[in-house]
Amino acid sequence: MYAIIGLAIGIALGIFLQPSLPPQLQPYLPIAIVAALDAVFGGFRAYLDAVFDDKVFVVSFISNVLIAALIVWVGDLIGVGAQLSTAVVVVLGIRIFTNVAHIRRKLFHA
Amino acid sequence: MPEVPPETSVWQRIARDIVRPSRSQLVVALILLLSGLAVTMQLAGNRDQRYTTLRQDELVAMLDDVTAESRRLESEVAELERTRQRLQSGADASAVARNEALRRLDALELLGGTAPATGPGIRVTITDRQGKLTPDILLNTIEELRDAGAEVMEIDDRIRLVTTSWVTSADGVLTVDGTRLGGTITIEAIGAPGTLAEATRFRGGLVSTIEGERVGGTARVVEVDDLRIDSVVTPQEPRFARPA
Repeated sequence: MYAIIGLAIGIALGIFLQPSLPPQLQPYLPIAIVAALDAVFGGFRAYLDAVFDDKVFVVSFISNVLIAALIVWVGDLIGVGAQLSTAVVVVLGIRIFTNVAHIRRKLFHA
Repeated sequence: MPEVPPETSVWQRIARDIVRPSRSQLVVALILLLSGLAVTMQLAGNRDQRYTTLRQDELVAMLDDVTAESRRLESEVAELERTRQRLQSGADASAVARNEALRRLDALELLGGTAPATGPGIRVTITDRQGKLTPDILLNTIEELRDAGAEVMEIDDRIRLVTTSWVTSADGVLTVDGTRLGGTITIEAIGAPGTLAEATRFRGGLVSTIEGERVGGTARVVEVDDLRIDSVVTPQEPRFARPA
């Protein structure tokens, strides 16, 4: 319940307050979003597996986001930012698909 | 978790957690809040600014593209301006040629007698009651006036004198270009009035010949400032001569 409320509040805040990120950080936001999605689906999968632990969830979320942004940042520094961000998106995308497939199997047995 | 039939277990658990959330869901709520915030921020940013999320090399590539494009367009502009100048000077040249041709057309029309003419000149009125005026006297008169610079000449307001005009006597009646003349002949000539009038008055000239004993008529010469000659001739297509 709280989870759904939190999601709704976040979206509402984003729409109504129109917060803006410092320009230096803006290139990393899409990567961070993908990483966050990965963490969220991973958490939901763990919840369905009944091995959910909020501490693990928080740490994995934060580290996912930070590492994804860090990889892209380092890639930008050494001139392969575009390729590395593609790599991060691909890896996280595969993980998201795996997690979603698992969730689907758990929920619908299909 | 004890192994119960999995479907009921999972859905029941979800339903229970929705109805009675545990404390740990607060953490999940916070994380989801951040995620939702990030997603909406990204969407809003994408709407407003197309270029802020691009990386440096992408921006450099775009800048290169735009620079090359603008250089191409600039050269196109220069090319088109050159073309425009060329066309303009061509139009000027053809306008000059056209004006020149029009001026020559005017001169040739007056010379050929195909257009009405106006200007200063003289009007000579010859009265020949005894019918003794001969074609050679009239021809001499016309030649004298031409010598004196008459540019356009007309007889009796209806016969335009041109290069093909002829003077003859048919059955004792003076005829010019096929038109019979009466006892009173009016010759109008456009040219310098003083010179033309002088050309008719010298000894042995028109006036003395007409008023002499041979003809016994009268000749009156009037200088006119604004003579108007309206009669024209229709040019004949030459049968033999061709432009060479």
